[in-house]
Amino acid sequence: MEVLVASAVGILTSAGFYLVLRLRTFPVILGMSLLTYAVNVFLFASGQLTVGSAPILRDGVAAYADPLPQALVLTAIVISFGMTAVVVMIALGSYLGADDDFVDDLANPADAPSDAEERP
Amino acid sequence: MSLFLIVALPFLGALLPGLMNSAGRQAVGGVTFMVTLTAFVGLLTNLPAVLAGEVVQTGFNWIPALGLNVTLMLDGLGFFFATLILGIGLLIIAYGRFYLSRDDNMGEFFTYLLLFQGAMVGIVLSDNILLLLIFWELTSLSSFLLIGYWKHLEAGRQGARMALAVTGMGGLVMIAGMLILGNIVGSYDLSVILQEREAIQADPMYLPALFLILIGAFTKSAQFPFHFWLPHAMAAPTPVSAYLHSATMVKAGIFLLARTWPVLSGTPEWFYIVTTAGLVTMILGAVIALFKHDLKALLAFSTVSHLGLITMLLGTGTAFGAFAAVFHILNHATFKAALFMSAGIIDHETGTRDIRILGGLRHLMPITFVIATLAALSMAGIPLLNGFLSKEMMLEEMGHTALFGPDWLVPVLVTVGSLFSAAYCFRLIAHTFLGGKRDPESYPAQPHDPGAGLWLPPAILVVLVVLIGVAPFLVEDFVKLVTASVLGIAAEVPDAHIKIWHGLVPALYMSIIAVVGGLILLALFRPLSRAWEATPRPEAKTIFDGIIAAFVALSRGLIHPLHNGAFTRYAMIFGVAVTAAGYHAWTTGVLGDATRTVQPAGWVEIAGWLMLVIAAVGLASMHHNRLLALILIGIVGLIVSIGFVFFSAPDLAMTQITVEVVTIILMLLALNFLPNHTPLETSFLRRVRDVTVAGAAGLAAMALSYHYLLRDAVTTPISEFHLANSYKGGGGTNVVNVILVDFRGFDTFGEIIVLGIAALLIFALTEALLNGPVRARLLNRVPDKPLSGTQHPMMMVVLTRVIFPVVLLVGFYIFLRGHNEPGGGFIAGLIVSIGVVMQYMASGFGWAEDRVRFPYHGVIGAGVLVAGLTGIGAWFVGKPFLTSDFTYVRIPPFDKFELATAALFDLGVFLAVLGAVMLSLESFSRLARRAHVKDSENPMDIDPSRTSNQNPAEVDIKGPDTPVGEGA
Repeated sequence: MEVLVASAVGILTSAGFYLVLRLRTFPVILGMSLLTYAVNVFLFASGQLTVGSAPILRDGVAAYADPLPQALVLTAIVISFGMTAVVVMIALGSYLGADDDFVDDLANPADAPSDAEERP
Repeated sequence: MSLFLIVALPFLGALLPGLMNSAGRQAVGGVTFMVTLTAFVGLLTNLPAVLAGEVVQTGFNWIPALGLNVTLMLDGLGFFFATLILGIGLLIIAYGRFYLSRDDNMGEFFTYLLLFQGAMVGIVLSDNILLLLIFWELTSLSSFLLIGYWKHLEAGRQGARMALAVTGMGGLVMIAGMLILGNIVGSYDLSVILQEREAIQADPMYLPALFLILIGAFTKSAQFPFHFWLPHAMAAPTPVSAYLHSATMVKAGIFLLARTWPVLSGTPEWFYIVTTAGLVTMILGAVIALFKHDLKALLAFSTVSHLGLITMLLGTGTAFGAFAAVFHILNHATFKAALFMSAGIIDHETGTRDIRILGGLRHLMPITFVIATLAALSMAGIPLLNGFLSKEMMLEEMGHTALFGPDWLVPVLVTVGSLFSAAYCFRLIAHTFLGGKRDPESYPAQPHDPGAGLWLPPAILVVLVVLIGVAPFLVEDFVKLVTASVLGIAAEVPDAHIKIWHGLVPALYMSIIAVVGGLILLALFRPLSRAWEATPRPEAKTIFDGIIAAFVALSRGLIHPLHNGAFTRYAMIFGVAVTAAGYHAWTTGVLGDATRTVQPAGWVEIAGWLMLVIAAVGLASMHHNRLLALILIGIVGLIVSIGFVFFSAPDLAMTQITVEVVTIILMLLALNFLPNHTPLETSFLRRVRDVTVAGAAGLAAMALSYHYLLRDAVTTPISEFHLANSYKGGGGTNVVNVILVDFRGFDTFGEIIVLGIAALLIFALTEALLNGPVRARLLNRVPDKPLSGTQHPMMMVVLTRVIFPVVLLVGFYIFLRGHNEPGGGFIAGLIVSIGVVMQYMASGFGWAEDRVRFPYHGVIGAGVLVAGLTGIGAWFVGKPFLTSDFTYVRIPPFDKFELATAALFDLGVFLAVLGAVMLSLESFSRLARRAHVKDSENPMDIDPSRTSNQNPAEVDIKGPDTPVGEGA
């Protein structure tokens, strides 16, 4: 089972990272979501894989799954929704503003007006 | 008054001018003056103790582990400088009030000034050198704000930047020196350090410490070769120049030399470095000052020259040298501040500071003439003025100092320096004020004497100049007291007196040579000036700019290849670097033995894994079809949720699946605008490269995860504590929920705030888009697909409304049981928001919006507020923030149930999550609404119960050329 979970983390990471390297915003966002899954599963699994012993206290039961990674991952899931929403909004804004959805902005920073002042 | 208060007053008071800006210029100037006056009076209350020779001390430990204590001390030296800072500060504030024009933001100016004043007072009263360093850097920062106060002037901005670069860097260097010094002694308290002269000078680290500290002092006090920043700082408003360059900022370096004099001086290294730097600076500054045509530039270089003089005196390491130095600090502060203020008056009234244009002002501005002339004569060293006395003492001291070369060299050099000094003072008087009476029209503005607000402050200083010059015995005891605290344990106060007439001593002849030579130079000024202009000489600013440009080029060379604006490149660099670091750790580290056994997997698990793998690989390979990609990522999310259920994490599963739903809705809303197809743009080779890197990254993640899974934690995890105390301490059996709302409540509190901020950010971005150029584009946008005739199908409308109460009930149930069973605020919030979103989807945005009673911003705010107030509630029973409590109550006919403050906190979480999710989705749909279709007026496009003869489909087919109403 450990092999399954670990390989799932690996495959999610691979697919996510491959998509992050694409040139358009939409696949990059999907890739980041996949990486989020990978990270969440990884963190969750760090507590050990336990089957059938949810951390709900019951009389006469002594063994429970590790609750701490669960609590951490729970908030991580919710926060990652917020992050995804912001990134999607930024992607949307850049698409509507520039009429293309490339992630790379290759304007040369050396030409930015901010340092024009330093030149004689 | 407590020393704390004296230091804190300017900082606290700095708030007032900014806040009172709308109360008028008079109020702003008045309140600043009162703040400084209070601090000044507070300082004076300590005068009797200081005169009695006591050292007033106060303090507490701040970070004892670092040796950083907030300890303040007030001895003669500290009192002397604090008096200068606050006393001259008062005059500057009065002057500045009248100097600044109506266009200047006076509140901002006085806020900066008070910040600077507080930092300066902090330096001179600090007992702990680390504390001193903090104030030291604060002066660099606040002087940056002051020098660059006129932000519209390019020279001001550049001068401020240069001052910050030089003094700030010097301060950083000095930190190293101070740390070494503290390390040698084993304490960072000056009162301890100053007793350890032998130990420090015998230590092998003495020399590095000395070098580093001297660099800090020299940069601040504009000593050669760091003198170049000071003249450029003259772009500041004149009150700033008068304050920073007469009594405060540049004197901080001098103060430091004086403060550390007992332990650092007296060695050959100190003598050669400090005296030489001072001598060179004095002569260089005087020579350059003579040929400057801008009044303030002339005064700036004269300041450099006089700072050199003081440094040189401190460098001699003799008690008499220190005595003369202290006296000259006092005299220089008085006449130089008066001169700067006079220059400001001339600039203010004539509209120029160019000496070549000025002349003959004696007739038009008699008051200013008297003030400036007395101050300038004092600077030139004319008897009966205070500058003469200290210059005489300097000449006497340097007359028998042998630095290098033959014995007569140093006396000759200081005489030359004094000669140039006298020459520029005479030039200032002659070329500005003397000369025939001229037509007032010949100046850029009509000159006349200003109001008393401008001339009174310098006049007060000139009274001091004359008073000290005529009756030096008045200040002699005080100067000796200060000298005693400079000398500390190192030497005795010299048994000398400040006298106007010493008899026919060499110093007198040197003085006479200087004055006569100065007059001759003035007479020969024109040919000399021409010769000077013709001489090539290095321009400090060009060199400085060159150095800065070289650093900028270096940074660009490093950064641009890595950071060229291509996100793909950063991602690649990041991925490769992390994978490489992991590989390095893998190959060089040692892998411990596995402590867990591998659990067997059944067919169901393998089937789930297969679905995940197929979905993920399919997503990567078929992502060009965006809708398909969205479906595939939904499958991945679903399998992950099922995985959570399987591995005993019901809370996580519920959260994941609800988040999945809202995320997919969000992505669909976005896809509404984005193209629905990703073109294939990368070359085959590039994709091979990406697959290789991604494969390596995945392999690394898998290996890490696998080995992690097979090993127990190195130390016992704290999870056991949570399991054991969840019910006892938190009153709940769902440990995950208890951790969220109780054990780690502070984290959760932070997280809901972050979530709220993210939602507000989305809202703000939407607003910016809708109000910007995008708006027109949205309005003119033609949907790339034909729209369905019935966007709000009857079935869906009816169904969503029927199940809405059920959804709310489920949400309520999930929320209530959260403390003991899977559920809680996060999940309930998500469930309820799904229910609400379904109404938006089914019945249309306009319909749903009309029925929203509370704005979602408010819901987020209420959530954060409820959670925060719950936490604060613990304070009232004397517990720390967010301590929870619970009890069991029984209301017949119900069973006994639990009431916990944690549930209240969870309510806050619920509200914040609900508000954040709804605000995000609503923002997206607002974009959509603006874009193409008018909202239908009725919730259902086809409604059999409506007896209307209009064709409902028309509503939707209306193209973009139909004006779109705002409040459909």
